[in-house]
Amino acid sequence: MEIKVLGPGCPKCQQTEKIVKEAVVESGIQANVEKVTNLLEIAQYGVFGTPAVVVDGQVKSVGKIPSKEEVLHWIKK
Amino acid sequence: MAEDCCAPSGNIMLLACSGGSNVGQLANQAAVELTREGFGRLYCLAGIGGHLAGFVQSARDVPELILIDGCEIGCGKAVFDHLELPIKGYLVVTDLGIEKNKDFQLKREEIDRVKSAVRSALPQEKPAPS
Repeated sequence: MEIKVLGPGCPKCQQTEKIVKEAVVESGIQANVEKVTNLLEIAQYGVFGTPAVVVDGQVKSVGKIPSKEEVLHWIKK
Repeated sequence: MAEDCCAPSGNIMLLACSGGSNVGQLANQAAVELTREGFGRLYCLAGIGGHLAGFVQSARDVPELILIDGCEIGCGKAVFDHLELPIKGYLVVTDLGIEKNKDFQLKREEIDRVKSAVRSALPQEKPAPS
């Protein structure tokens, strides 16, 4: 599983990355979590704002910090 | 990196019909000018209509959004209905007393009328807690 956290690096983005990593550990699922800070790469996803979370190419969340429960729901599907 | 490098939660998404008539182009021009003036940010209705995931999810998650349709056909609203997206703010340019035609020489007074209506299109803010 490939998970990308889109965001240039502000506290909201860092918090999102932290929650995603915690959820991955808690789920026991094998997943690669990548932080994407390059604005051009972020723009390719067409998101209105950051932080955003992409799971296996699907944009799951935009412009907000997801809860750990939300992330667990996405990765356990 | 600045604390607010992420899109501020108060940023308003502006989506305009941009269709092939004066009212479609008035919707677009109003959204362009409002973006320049700092009231919201023009976003891609076509991306949402194309069901592109980043655009659809953005429209779903953004706290404040105003959809501007040119006429009562309501193409923008149809896109939202099809995707079962919530419409948080909505207006139709012809409802402002502007007649639909094929004249693309947009009138300043009509652009300003649409802009004023867009500024009033969001649901009233909750009063600040005392």
